[in-house]
Amino acid sequence: MPTTASPAHPLTDVTSSDSTLRRFLHGLPGVDAVGLEARAASLGTRSIKTTAKAYAIDLAISMVDLTTLEGADTPGKVRALGAKAVHPDPTDRTTPATAAVCVYPDMVPAAKAAVAGSTVKVASVATAFPAGRAPIAVKLADVREAVAAGADEIDMVIDRGAFLAGQYLKVYDEIVAVKETCGADARLKVIFETGELSTYDNIRRAGWLGMLAGADFIKTSTGKVAVNATPANTLLMLEAVRDFRAQTGVQVGVKPAGGIRTSKDAIKFLVLVNETVGEDWLDNHWFRFGASSLLNDLLMQRQKLATGRYSGPDYVTVD
Amino acid sequence: MASAFEYAPAPESRAIVDIAPSYGLFIDGEFTEAADGKVFKTVSPSTEEVLSEIARAGEADVDRAVAAARKAFEKWSALPGSERAKYLFRIARIIQERSRELAVLETLDNGKPIKETRDADLPLVAAHFFYYAGWADKLEHAGYGANPRPLGVAGQVIPWNFPLLMLAWKIAPALATGNTVVLKPAETTPLSALFFADICRQAGLPKGVVNILPGYGDTGAALVAHPDVDKVAFTGSTAVGKEIARTVAGTRKKLTLELGGKGANIVFDDAPIDQAVEGIVNGIFFNQGQVCCAGSRLLVQESIQDELLDSLKRRLATLRLGDPLDKNTDIGAINSEEQLARITTLVEQGEAEGAERWSPACEIPASGYWFAPTLFTNVTQAHRIARDEIFGPVLSVLTFRTPDEAVAKANNTPYGLSAGIWTEKGSRILAVANKLRAGVIWSNTFNKFDPTSPFGGYKESGFGREGGRHGLEAYLDV
Amino acid sequence: MSDRLSVFKTYKLYVGGKFPRSESGRVYEVTDAKGKWLANAPQSSRKDTRDAVVAARKAFGGWAGATAYNRGQILYRVAEMLEGRKAQFVREVAEAEGLSKSRAAEQVDATIDRWVWYAGWTDKIAQVVGGGNPVAGPFFNLSSPEPTGVVAVLAPQESSFLGLVSVVAPVIATGNTAVVVASERSPLPALSLGEVLATSDVPGGVVNVLSGRTAEIAPPLAAHQDVNAIDLAGADDVLAKELEIAAADNLKRVLRPQPVDNWSQAPGTDRMTAFLETKTVWHPTGSLGASGSSY
Repeated sequence: MPTTASPAHPLTDVTSSDSTLRRFLHGLPGVDAVGLEARAASLGTRSIKTTAKAYAIDLAISMVDLTTLEGADTPGKVRALGAKAVHPDPTDRTTPATAAVCVYPDMVPAAKAAVAGSTVKVASVATAFPAGRAPIAVKLADVREAVAAGADEIDMVIDRGAFLAGQYLKVYDEIVAVKETCGADARLKVIFETGELSTYDNIRRAGWLGMLAGADFIKTSTGKVAVNATPANTLLMLEAVRDFRAQTGVQVGVKPAGGIRTSKDAIKFLVLVNETVGEDWLDNHWFRFGASSLLNDLLMQRQKLATGRYSGPDYVTVD
Repeated sequence: MASAFEYAPAPESRAIVDIAPSYGLFIDGEFTEAADGKVFKTVSPSTEEVLSEIARAGEADVDRAVAAARKAFEKWSALPGSERAKYLFRIARIIQERSRELAVLETLDNGKPIKETRDADLPLVAAHFFYYAGWADKLEHAGYGANPRPLGVAGQVIPWNFPLLMLAWKIAPALATGNTVVLKPAETTPLSALFFADICRQAGLPKGVVNILPGYGDTGAALVAHPDVDKVAFTGSTAVGKEIARTVAGTRKKLTLELGGKGANIVFDDAPIDQAVEGIVNGIFFNQGQVCCAGSRLLVQESIQDELLDSLKRRLATLRLGDPLDKNTDIGAINSEEQLARITTLVEQGEAEGAERWSPACEIPASGYWFAPTLFTNVTQAHRIARDEIFGPVLSVLTFRTPDEAVAKANNTPYGLSAGIWTEKGSRILAVANKLRAGVIWSNTFNKFDPTSPFGGYKESGFGREGGRHGLEAYLDV
Repeated sequence: MSDRLSVFKTYKLYVGGKFPRSESGRVYEVTDAKGKWLANAPQSSRKDTRDAVVAARKAFGGWAGATAYNRGQILYRVAEMLEGRKAQFVREVAEAEGLSKSRAAEQVDATIDRWVWYAGWTDKIAQVVGGGNPVAGPFFNLSSPEPTGVVAVLAPQESSFLGLVSVVAPVIATGNTAVVVASERSPLPALSLGEVLATSDVPGGVVNVLSGRTAEIAPPLAAHQDVNAIDLAGADDVLAKELEIAAADNLKRVLRPQPVDNWSQAPGTDRMTAFLETKTVWHPTGSLGASGSSY
């Protein structure tokens, strides 16, 4: 299995200075927005039925990072979330567990307790999520606390202000510092906030920048802004990880987050994965969905496949 | 391509379309047998099953149809434009209502994937009728004078690659401008035209305004030569187009031709690569490459040839060839045994000339007419496969060094229908587009069609334009 | 068997896709040509005009950004719905204008056909008024029409349906959104038109219909800084001049009242071009010189 990102690979020298990094990132192939969106839309017309649908639903469930990131979160809320992640459907124990739960750093202990003994990981947002507007010391402290509390994964945000101001090396250095703070214990997901980066060219550049800095996952968004993951921006990120592995031998995961509400949506994303990067990424070690309400729709679709009847909200749990 | 994520069969149901065991000719508002009783069969190219038996029009039938069109012309051309418009709007809306049924029918008769008939052909068919309906009562604003008049009876012969769409391109502008028509669909794809006749009935179109004559080349020849036809419109091969031009020489018949092509898809070193790959694939494998404006020559800048071909081959491996009624099929059947033989011969010639042939691994069904997507690399302008229109899923890859050379090679053909330009640089798009001798130029896209956008060729790809305000000219006495 | 008592329709404004009463709570009597009471119509206030402009502005981005084909489909759908309601409108027009049933029917038929006419313009006006310009230099130069924005329309006072549609349809066919002030004397067909628009997939806010005293609600519209153009068809000469002066404050595009004897006559394109801006863009194409380094 290809290794996760490490500092030494053929492209290491492009980060030697701000100007070499800028030249490299700006030299990446451009993206035609109309063409990209058309390709994503076309793949959205694949018809996934019967056995393929069953496979996709179970795979999607296993890829969910079940998320709660609210000011009102409490240990009780997190406990309920964790229980659901471990046994999503109390009426059907064959339902796979989700990949992880995703919480704020101070909720990590409660999350760890809730999923103890299961395969479900605990992911923590960090680095002054979601805005990322804090001094680097604060951001790193955020990460340190989460890792110390036992987080298996860290979902960091990049400094979008620095990126849009062209300070690519600053953004790079911050990711490297966070990765160091994660150490060997926690995998790092790097959130770009695609809605704020605004252009596809920027998303491609951010993707490469994150991967060069050692990201284990590149992630679209925080889910806290108007435009989050879309088929087009996720397709673009899949192309980036494909090309990065081809050039460096290093495999990086992809996580679309926010705005994925229905099974139909999720299956469209899995089709994108299948036809862009193939089965190496069809595994929750390399692809995740950042979502909350998606899980119940997946469960209802799973129930329909099993029973032949349309399900309803009374037959899935609230967390 | 094998993957953990195998797509299960996702067949579109045939139940929505009711194909009768036989169909007659549609003349003067009624279905009748051919005068000499001749019939022919139409088959589904993906399974070789016989779909229906169709009357085959002979000279006597052509005569009768033209007479019916002539008789109907008097009243039809005298109708206020706003009334003609409303007939055409009705037709457009009924086509929309029956789109799913017509898409399944077209897939069965033509062999192309349901994904294409559903998402490309049928929406464009309806849009064409809708667009031209709106011109019927605005002709004085079209730039052809205060009161442009129709020509009379139009004889129209269309090909099998986009049967219903080619019918729409012909009939919509002809009727909007006040002409009446006699249309001959291709012999391998008569069904959607016959269903269109039924739609004319539902719309209440007066008898004789539209007449449909299924038949072979002889039917078309008789129609084109008929002395009481005022206007001839033909879409098909360049060879037959030239025949027709000879036939109408010295007569008063106006002629428009939409013929073959060998479109150059030019990819510069600063192209958006992933989208360029999609554009190349779309350019030559959409409709199994059976498209007059196909991007059948890839002209790639030599500096990025290897990188581009790697990406292209990787992408081709995801193409799904198979049952056209399966919603996940990308590549359907070739339209006929004859066409398959033509493609096979030309491809064998390509190999014989030393070009390097490659196809992704493809499971070819046991029955039906199929050809796997195919690339030829190391092709030069001197190869036959760079000059001759193959009309199949076969791409010839050539290289160029500079923009000048790309333009020279792109133009170095008797054809001049289409071209594609892939680059992130806007001024280069426009500079190259300025110099290409082609009627339709796509930049950073390919195979895009719209009823408002004029389509047609330079040189031996034909003359006249279909679509847009320009498309009215062919049917007006101007 | 006694005659069945009918259920009166309560006439409402049509704003933002909904049917509110006037925020002022006022109504005024609408009578037929003989003075008989027909209905109470809302008597709009300046605040209603304000709300209507907000709705029209909100709808503008989506409507102008829709494809011309989509707009054409929607306008045709309006015609489909009108055709189904012919009897209703024949009655309303006959009552409003004192016409015989057959004359009213002629008007309604002409109105439906007028909608169809404009439905067919959405994807053609750009081809008629736009085009490439052959500038003397290495540039690709293209002029295209774009909708101006929110248009206030004072519907004709006399022709309550055909005249109304003849001033409203060209505004929205071109991608603008409209705030319509119905004929003061005969507002009911205009208010009923709102019902048709609401069931024709016309997005809320694209057309907003207000009834009331023209002299009261036209001035705030003419002065409104977020209205881009105004059609003065329903204003008399004195009011029209006053409104044109007010409109000058943000240089609204003004369509002055033109006497129309016969609304049935084929309109030209000026009611569309009056509300279209022309955008001209230059793109360099590289040198026109001989081969070489000009790409």
